[in-house]
Amino acid sequence: MIESKSLGSKIFDIFNHTFLLLVGLIALLPFVYIVITSFSATSDLIPTKFTTEAYEYIFSADTFTRSLLVSVFVTLLGTFVQLALSCLMAYSLSHTHLPGRSFFLLMVLITMLFSGGMIPTYFVVQQTGLLNSLWALIIPNAISAFYLIILKNFFQSIPGELKESAKIDGAHELTVLFRIVLPLSLPALAAFGLFYAVGIWNQYFNAILYISDPALYPVQVILRQLIILSSGAIGDSSSIETIPYHGQSIQMAVIVVATLPIIILYPFLQKHFAKGVLLGSVKG
Amino acid sequence: MSQVITKDVLPTEPAATTSIAVAKKPLGIRIWKERWLYLFMLPGLLYFIIYKYVPMWGMLMAFKNYQPHLGLWASEWVGFRHFERFFSEPEFGMLLKNTVIIAVLDLVIFFPVTIILALMLNEVRKSVFKRTIQTFVYVPHFLSWVVVVGIFYIIFGTEGGIINAILEKLGIGKIAFLTDSEWFRPMIVLQMVWKDAGWGTVIFLAALAGVDSNLYEAASMDGASRFRQLWHVTLPSIRSVIVILLILRLGNFLDLGFEQIFLMVNALNREVGEVFDTYVYRVGMQQGQFSYSAAVGLFKSAVAFVLVLGANWLAKKFGEEGVY
Repeated sequence: MIESKSLGSKIFDIFNHTFLLLVGLIALLPFVYIVITSFSATSDLIPTKFTTEAYEYIFSADTFTRSLLVSVFVTLLGTFVQLALSCLMAYSLSHTHLPGRSFFLLMVLITMLFSGGMIPTYFVVQQTGLLNSLWALIIPNAISAFYLIILKNFFQSIPGELKESAKIDGAHELTVLFRIVLPLSLPALAAFGLFYAVGIWNQYFNAILYISDPALYPVQVILRQLIILSSGAIGDSSSIETIPYHGQSIQMAVIVVATLPIIILYPFLQKHFAKGVLLGSVKG
Repeated sequence: MSQVITKDVLPTEPAATTSIAVAKKPLGIRIWKERWLYLFMLPGLLYFIIYKYVPMWGMLMAFKNYQPHLGLWASEWVGFRHFERFFSEPEFGMLLKNTVIIAVLDLVIFFPVTIILALMLNEVRKSVFKRTIQTFVYVPHFLSWVVVVGIFYIIFGTEGGIINAILEKLGIGKIAFLTDSEWFRPMIVLQMVWKDAGWGTVIFLAALAGVDSNLYEAASMDGASRFRQLWHVTLPSIRSVIVILLILRLGNFLDLGFEQIFLMVNALNREVGEVFDTYVYRVGMQQGQFSYSAAVGLFKSAVAFVLVLGANWLAKKFGEEGVY
């Protein structure tokens, strides 16, 4: 598009760029502010003295360190379990000749439209013995119907000849899955693995619902207690009295640590998410 | 090399023969032949049955007086009594009003903001600048709601919050953004926009990238200014995407940001902040009125279901493909 720009067009460009720069800053600044002040020794608006006291304090507290370990453990295990279950099911459903396939697909689709709701689901989780277990953070939301369908479409798009020729050579179904289909789907697996990981790391409501043993709290629950329940507003829970008011820099340090894994994963997320979202917009 | 040759010589023959052979075999044999695929599917299938379908069955408790020690079957049937109670409670009107207001704010503020942001990003010709801004505005989407609400608590708090510190220096005085019920809805909308407006542009930008550049060239040959091109070329090109996303949002009318609202609601702003899901949690999980809260949940699920189907029907009416 080679064109001689008019004055109006130039003014528009300047305005547009400035505005977008502002939007970009607004998106980042709150978090940058939190990071900077978490290292500040004084409570002034403009930080003057550098200190890591807040971080030393939170890592010296058992509650926080333990919750961090819980979150890391649940995220690693959960991502593996959820991705494995999704892949196995999506692979089966990607075979268009499979008897009963459309019934199973309908079964999955219905769960996107209608759900039993919080209370009945709670009782099922209780009956299956998951209450107060870390599995409660993994199993009750193990497969996202949405990701499953996209993954199924992705497997379906792999040329059938590849699978057929392997089978004619006598390859087992497991071999086809692990030697042909999964290696060809690595970008999709990376994308959905990351999405599952972020989802597990960020969840807190399931923990509030299903876990009452403080030793098993993930970091998001601790964060909620430290900031939302302990600040001026009166929270929903009765645990306000048990948590003393903490200094702001400590709250900020907790936010930074709880977000660090996301920030580390972000470059990879960014590489893959556009693909994931675009895949999602393809109807199947 | 040999693979390529066989593929060229026998283009579709293997697939064709197997599909004919499969179709002729009886069902039992076809199922047995794919036993491994069913085995692969089994864990996932069990998950959907146990954690998605059994709870749907468990919704029967909404018509019973469920007592955990008796179990679902032995509990006494009460018909629609819980529903009648819910519709006559003063809370019903409040929940409906709060839900509708927040959903409408989402539609008239959040949704247009994402479109405008996408259009502005689309006007940027320098791709490095564009990509940098995109990288920035997508970040908040990946933060958890606890972190987002936590950041807002720190920044907008009355004790040590930077916004209130500035307001005080300006002589305006402190504003209780987080506890004043007047500020509840603006805060909710602001958080939604901050967290997800950038991310919401992804789908529009994808649609905008597909607009035929010949159209712009033709328009500028005819002397159309940038604004005229935006109005007459860009917007009509993405109209169908806008319509279908708008309809989809209507379909999810009742499901707006439960986690966010749950974090923001407290005793002081419950009057404007409580929505169906937070009410279910408070009455069901905290007060133990299982059957009654399950009835509220069922009511919400049913209305949501009708809304989604209606939205899909509407999308088809508009000549779109529909989603389900």
